[in-house]
Amino acid sequence: MPPYLVGREKVREFSRAVFATNPINFDPEAARAAGHSDVVAPPTFAVVVQEATLAQLLAEPDAGIDFTRVVHGDQRFSYSRPIVAGDELTATLTVASVKSLGGHSMVTAESTVVDATGAHVVTATSTLVVRGDE
Amino acid sequence: MTISAPVTPTLDSLTLGDIVAESSFPLTRDSLVRYAGASGDFNPIHYRDDVAHSVGLPGVLAHGMLTMGLAIQPVVDWAGDPARVLDYQVRFTRPVPVDPELGAVVTMVAKVGALDVDAGIARIDLTVTFNAVTVLGKAQARVRLV
Repeated sequence: MPPYLVGREKVREFSRAVFATNPINFDPEAARAAGHSDVVAPPTFAVVVQEATLAQLLAEPDAGIDFTRVVHGDQRFSYSRPIVAGDELTATLTVASVKSLGGHSMVTAESTVVDATGAHVVTATSTLVVRGDE
Repeated sequence: MTISAPVTPTLDSLTLGDIVAESSFPLTRDSLVRYAGASGDFNPIHYRDDVAHSVGLPGVLAHGMLTMGLAIQPVVDWAGDPARVLDYQVRFTRPVPVDPELGAVVTMVAKVGALDVDAGIARIDLTVTFNAVTVLGKAQARVRLV
């Protein structure tokens, strides 16, 4: 997959959608005044980059995951540095654990996101609960 | 016009249990459509009642990631810069149904949960509720302060 290019307008669109009001999310001048090269994405923006890798996992026939039975259990983002407009990001997904619990499966997927130099930006960890047959 | 750098709270001004941010967010179906487009999450349970009903839900639900995303915003404004949020985690414990006419109001309160003075980091614990019921569990952010 080619890298994900973080667009300034996408950061603004996502920021509006999560009710962000901080000027550093919207205004390049405000972002530069705070020491950033361009507008900074909200803390949960990495989900947009992670989404593509999760979609791959769910579409993987060997994973045997029925999308209609998937519920988001928990989510975490751990940043080494913030995502800013202009970043070219690449995500790699690993399945960290699979557990069975009362007929349900819990899949913990970890997406490691790096920039164009290969430096770590953020790790997004999701636990998906796949409901068993009712 | 001159834009000044944001003001960031200092660690030594904080005490465990301090409320650092408190807010409420009136969500409508429009909010969900906007978030679907911005995030790329087009699961129809977030905009179609018929699909939601067909999988046993009471109706259209807010994206868990929308609730997670908005709940941190008052903390971002308190910290002064979104880049100060180093780590943010939640557990999705209850859904937020969004009525087509009345919408849904999600409220959040953020308190100081722990202070690591050497690392310059505060753990901020969020309580996020809808209809007086907590919808996010273990909602914690690690915020770099000065």
